[in-house]
Amino acid sequence: MRFMFIVKSAHSGPPTPELLEAMGKLADREIKAGRMIDSGGLMPLATGAQVRLTDGKLSVIDGPFVEAKEVIGGYAIFELPGKDEALASVKEFMQLHKDLMPGWEGTCEIRAFAPPTH
Amino acid sequence: MTAADMTAADPHGENSHRAIVAAWRIEQPRLITSLARMLRDAPLAEDLTQEALLAALESWPSAGIPERPGAWLMATARNRALDHLRHARMRTRKHDAIAADMVREEQAVPDFDTALDDDIGDEMLRLIFTACHPLLSREARAALALRMICGLTTEEIARAFLQPAATIGQRIVRAKRTLSESGLVYETPRGEELSQRLASVFEVIYLIFNEGYTAARGEDWLRPQLCNEALRLGRVLTAIAPHEPEAFGLLALMELNASRTAARTDAEGEPVLLLEQNRALWDQVQIRRGLVALARAQELGGGRGNYALQAAIIACHARAATADETDWSHIAALYRELAAVAPSPIVELNRAVAVGMAEGPPAALAIVDRLTDESLLKAYHLLPGVRGDLLHKLGRFDEARTAFEAAAALASNARERELMRRRAAEAAARSC
Repeated sequence: MRFMFIVKSAHSGPPTPELLEAMGKLADREIKAGRMIDSGGLMPLATGAQVRLTDGKLSVIDGPFVEAKEVIGGYAIFELPGKDEALASVKEFMQLHKDLMPGWEGTCEIRAFAPPTH
Repeated sequence: MTAADMTAADPHGENSHRAIVAAWRIEQPRLITSLARMLRDAPLAEDLTQEALLAALESWPSAGIPERPGAWLMATARNRALDHLRHARMRTRKHDAIAADMVREEQAVPDFDTALDDDIGDEMLRLIFTACHPLLSREARAALALRMICGLTTEEIARAFLQPAATIGQRIVRAKRTLSESGLVYETPRGEELSQRLASVFEVIYLIFNEGYTAARGEDWLRPQLCNEALRLGRVLTAIAPHEPEAFGLLALMELNASRTAARTDAEGEPVLLLEQNRALWDQVQIRRGLVALARAQELGGGRGNYALQAAIIACHARAATADETDWSHIAALYRELAAVAPSPIVELNRAVAVGMAEGPPAALAIVDRLTDESLLKAYHLLPGVRGDLLHKLGRFDEARTAFEAAAALASNARERELMRRRAAEAAARSC
């Protein structure tokens, strides 16, 4: 099963060097274990933009977005036997944050890919 | 503890059997590679990862899954490893030597508490080569690879291959014993031996893929899941052996074939021929991954490899938005190259089909007629089947009917037989 892991946080700063190194090693391990298909960290919100459709109108807004509480920091795509493995994998990932970036709070969301529809 | 107790203590099933196995499975690659590196003994390393799982299943339901399952499992496995080393020494060495050995071993044991320290790549490579050793039967290699690299349980492997769990268990035990008693050095093969050993690995991975690929829909979900395990093995191989073109060729072939999974059967579970499939159901992400892997194989100079050529043929289909847009001349040319690399009457027959689509039936018929004496195809219903199709297109309906009837007689299942009979009847109707 294909899963997307989405990391979100109200903390806007970059990861600590220790966390970056550890995440790099984890990524390397998961690639060599044939489980991680893709991953990416996203540039800060200030560099981004949004196109919104509200009230029947399109509008373009440049970052940063004043009302954003939690910001998506990055994502990964994994191929795993099931949701239990996905949870175990993400728990390990978040434990790294707990150990190596004290004070950081956030969420890693797990979403399975939808199957192709008829 | 009763089931009711467990539910009360663990309302979200966080300490459930499934969650525990899942936590172990996520740690399994690091566990087995670290142990293999420490002990230089793949079968023993595998035994110890299993012992660690059993220990977890015993203690985690009540104690809860630890915050760092990896560290817990590694500490457990390490202790068992030391026990094993001490035991082994006790049986064969003199008393004074034992103490010295134990001290040396304690000092040699790497610090397992450091998370994520070592690159698992080299060890994964050695493990795959060990699991796929030509000394073992193909079934044993497949079971061992699924166990050691994919972390499948005996039960899961058994269900996937429609075998009793006891059979698979025995197969794995015997395979490990064969490896242990063979005196094989636990090393990555080099040079000439490397190519042969790689061929053996590819063969095993492809065997696993095909077992999953040919599983009918509605069968135990673990069977088609084998395709994903094979794909995983393929990805592992390309990650740890990034300069081997055929590793990318094999991965490409598997990704491209797997991309059609949703379209291969209709609502009733009946197989749908490739040319008749709804291409909107082809998984474009997998196709893209397959094409990328194929390009890599070609970049590495392996465009003429067996797997790369087969992948290139499937890629022609994958690239066509509709059946009509299929580049049949390219497919025919690729089959000619494949015939040079891995000659077989089946390849030649497939080439004939492609030639027929690209150049017309007469050229194809000439190829097919040269195959009538091939002993390998004597019982293959597609030989008269293809012949019938070509004859029908040439307006030779009487001969087409005869060919389809021969094909129906050779068909290996009811659906194929029915299809050939229907075509014979159509030809009969046209020959009046």
